[in-house]
Amino acid sequence: MNDAVRVNNSSSLEERSAPAISARGLVKRFGALCAVDGIDLEVPRGMIFAILGPNGAGKTTLMRMLATLLAPDAGSASVMGHDLIAAPHKVRASIAMTGQFASLDEDLTGRENLLLLARLWGFRGRKAKGRADELLAAFDLSDAANKQVKAYSGGMRRRLDIAASLVVTPGVLFLDEPTTGLDPNARQGVWRMIRVLAGSGVTILLTTQYLDEADQLAARIAVIDKGKKIAEGTSRELKAATGTGFLHVALADPARLDEAAMLLEKHLAGSVHRGPEGTQLSIKAGTTRAANEAISTLIAAKIELADFSMGSPSLEEVFFALTGGRSRFGKLEKGDA
Amino acid sequence: MNDTGSTALAPRLEMVAPPKAPSAFSNALVFGWRAILKFKHVPEQLFDLVMTPIMFTLLFTFVFGGALAGSTSAYLQFFLPGILVQTVVFNSVYSGMGLSTDLGKGLFDRFRSLPIWSLAPFAGLMVGDILRHLIAGGIILTIGLILGFRPEAGILGIVAAFTLLLAVGFGMGWIFIVLGLLVKTPMTVMTLGFTFIFPLVFASNIMVEPATMPAWLRAFVDVNPVSLMTSAIRGLMAGNATISDVLLALAAPAALAVLLAPVTLWLYRRSDR
Repeated sequence: MNDAVRVNNSSSLEERSAPAISARGLVKRFGALCAVDGIDLEVPRGMIFAILGPNGAGKTTLMRMLATLLAPDAGSASVMGHDLIAAPHKVRASIAMTGQFASLDEDLTGRENLLLLARLWGFRGRKAKGRADELLAAFDLSDAANKQVKAYSGGMRRRLDIAASLVVTPGVLFLDEPTTGLDPNARQGVWRMIRVLAGSGVTILLTTQYLDEADQLAARIAVIDKGKKIAEGTSRELKAATGTGFLHVALADPARLDEAAMLLEKHLAGSVHRGPEGTQLSIKAGTTRAANEAISTLIAAKIELADFSMGSPSLEEVFFALTGGRSRFGKLEKGDA
Repeated sequence: MNDTGSTALAPRLEMVAPPKAPSAFSNALVFGWRAILKFKHVPEQLFDLVMTPIMFTLLFTFVFGGALAGSTSAYLQFFLPGILVQTVVFNSVYSGMGLSTDLGKGLFDRFRSLPIWSLAPFAGLMVGDILRHLIAGGIILTIGLILGFRPEAGILGIVAAFTLLLAVGFGMGWIFIVLGLLVKTPMTVMTLGFTFIFPLVFASNIMVEPATMPAWLRAFVDVNPVSLMTSAIRGLMAGNATISDVLLALAAPAALAVLLAPVTLWLYRRSDR
């Protein structure tokens, strides 16, 4: 009996010091497609960590493997010190996942959804009800507690979905594109919620295709493309790696975009990145003097500028620099695996 | 309700540790509770379940009954136990559709990422099925009694017949749970389900005695599990069922449960939508 307790304690000490997530060479294939192609990941405890990449990059597949929903074809990983393959039940006991699509029962009320999960975790009777009501209050859903979830707005649904992941405080919370499809207000609300959670010690792994989301929330960002991790670091590090001294120009007349791009490329000997709005161009200028001269060239060519500035590259530009401009954000690629 | 919400989000998110892990049985009960809640919130599902068998009962009894059995009351006596089997078999299809709907919505992703007994959600589905069978069966029996159906074995016969009916439903349920796990759209589950089930139900002794059928068809009807189930239910209600009738009726459902429960678990674990 005593021995058993000691063994238990020593193993839990080990588990306590392990990183929240540690993955080595994770691979997942779907037929001929290699959705995740050998990814390493190390996420310390209590951190907000973002996985950034375009649609189809393998973000969701990676997350589903770490949440024990998919078995990896190769590689190994541990979550909160528990091996993904050897001890999936222990992993499940220390995680929660909020998927891309609300994992809620639409026919049930918000309160019943939380009660269901509280009871599945083992809360009984009054304790289960108490926990459900606490969460409803914390997520500002008390007024809608007895409405069916199908009557909820997108923002309310997402809040309930996250609340449902917190019935028991998880060691790691997986959030798959937590703000996709939300209006800006609801998005801000979710961001606040994520920060509060991280503040209380929960490790958060989120996927996103929004650069500003990763930039705003995450302490570290892993950039993923075509199943491979192509960069990792803080937002600042990623930007620094791409270099500073970026010249951003916005044209008054979008029709002359090609001409302007050609002039800038010729003058600054780099490659121009076109903004998603179709009026903006960015290019590495190096010095303000070089940038000045480039702008003079545009003005000399009678290309009117609506705006120009010097600054750091945006994460989008970072992404472009890393992928060599192959992938495009916002463009829908087949099957977000 | 506003979406800006969470303005006052200073949530009481102190660490909440998990309580003592619940038993597999307790997990299953919680899913059963969910099935009951579904009846509360979606009562119209009962309408679908009950309307078809009621229409079948009335149609066959009053339109075909006289021609098939000499009189409508004689036919009702023959047909009612059969329609109960048909109802249970058809109902199982709906439960597969429900599962397919749930899977499509990501709800099961949450269940699968919880530290619970893997088969618990299916046990819950079964609870829902049993309730559906009891409610639909009860309504049909009541209508039958009003129309003049008289089970000779009395209450005990009815209880025995319903118990066997639930066992049949339990066995059939596995087919559609597997189908629900395999097929992504609920409509396809229904189409496939009925394609498979129609021949079983119609090429059986539910509606008519197979005596007038061609020999090759009779050979199938005689071994059709649905016929065996119907014979046993008829026997139990009439009070002349033998042990072997009941065992024959139970063979298919028992085999299905034994074969398909592990398949269900495997599909559920590897399901990767």
